[in-house]
Amino acid sequence: MNHDHIISAKQLSRADIEAVLDRAAEFAADPSAWGDRHENALLGLLFFEPSTRTKMSFTAAIKRLGGDVVDMGTVESSSVKKGESLADTVRVVEGYADALVLRHPSEGSAKMASEFVDAPLINGGDGAGQHPTQTLLDLYTIRENAGFEDLTIGIMGDLKYGRTVHSLAHALTNVDARQHFVSPESLRLPRSVRYDLHEEGASIREHTELDTVLSELDVLYVTRIQRERFPDESEYRAVAGEYQIDTETLEAAKDDLTVMHPLPRVDEIAHDIDGTDHARYFQQAHNGVPVRMALLDILLGGDR
Amino acid sequence: MSDHELRVSKIRDGTVIDHIAGGQALNVLAILGVDAASGDTVSVAMDVPSDRLGTKDIVKVEGRELSQDEVDVLSLIAPAATINIVRDFDVVEKHRVESPEEVVGVLSCPNRHCITTGDEPVDTRFDVLGDGIRCQYCETIVREEIADHIVVG
Repeated sequence: MNHDHIISAKQLSRADIEAVLDRAAEFAADPSAWGDRHENALLGLLFFEPSTRTKMSFTAAIKRLGGDVVDMGTVESSSVKKGESLADTVRVVEGYADALVLRHPSEGSAKMASEFVDAPLINGGDGAGQHPTQTLLDLYTIRENAGFEDLTIGIMGDLKYGRTVHSLAHALTNVDARQHFVSPESLRLPRSVRYDLHEEGASIREHTELDTVLSELDVLYVTRIQRERFPDESEYRAVAGEYQIDTETLEAAKDDLTVMHPLPRVDEIAHDIDGTDHARYFQQAHNGVPVRMALLDILLGGDR
Repeated sequence: MSDHELRVSKIRDGTVIDHIAGGQALNVLAILGVDAASGDTVSVAMDVPSDRLGTKDIVKVEGRELSQDEVDVLSLIAPAATINIVRDFDVVEKHRVESPEEVVGVLSCPNRHCITTGDEPVDTRFDVLGDGIRCQYCETIVREEIADHIVVG
């Protein structure tokens, strides 16, 4: 893999993806065995929005590799509050760390920030844009459970604003997956994503009901439909209710269907699914550590 | 001057942009950064009958030869435009606009969550697609009313 920064899943080739996932599998086999791999390496954390999983798993990943974090903290406690531009912030923090992780509410923020720094910069989520490290751990989970060959995947929920969906859909074109998108009409994939998928010659179908495709799926990737996307509470409840699944829903699914979710969930996956073999979303979250270890290892020069 | 004479007189030196779709002349000026503060002498003819376009606009900028880069941006709103470079009352060069691969700093991104709309030291950059433009930062695609997004200096 030869990338200075990790900004978008679109930049990753199949070979790049396999390289990260293979390295991740090595780390996952014994995560505590790599403490001298990047001793004293420092990872700068710039989180302009709240994050639990991404921030904690990056922290765990660099520490497992023998390094540590330098953390900007919350926006309220930083110089950003004084009106500093993002371009200035990243140029300053670059001097404190060997690599940077940025989460920011504005789309395109990671790309812009990467133009101002030499240290590797990883996009940890830019608004409704891209979230490539989530995509890599999603792909790891898919490869582990369903494999990439002859894959049929359903992606359901908020496809318009869900950045994990945009990154994943693009990355799946690398493995020629058949992709079914299930959402209310108002939360369809955005035009820019559909444009890209068509450009890649991807096999995609859009549906408003899960029933029409459920039985064909190897993987069902569920995302949360957020209250704030709807003008009023009753409309939200009516729509969201149609995109919830429970064990009864899954009676029509393949026995080996893998159910994934980027988490946090609210009620789109009923708790009665948690104990079934379908449920892979906690494993998926745990995979964030070895996958981010692998990415950091490669960016920090572990493959040279 | 009779009705049959040109509505706008010839210029000695400068650029004549002809075959602009009717109504787009002021957007052309905005793209070229021509305004009251620029000091250029500009003549504009709007809604002139045209065989090719129905009606067309014509812009004449005196004392200034526009660069290829400048006129290429015009292709976004005036794809049929022709550029005439005039020296000493003669047209010495005549060419069509060509679609550039990217447009830098001329248009603003309509996505209010795009990083380029914030207070950052960065120019907007759009890739030019076959049927629209696309922000290189937030990836928003704009197909309609591109002229609405011209940044007027």
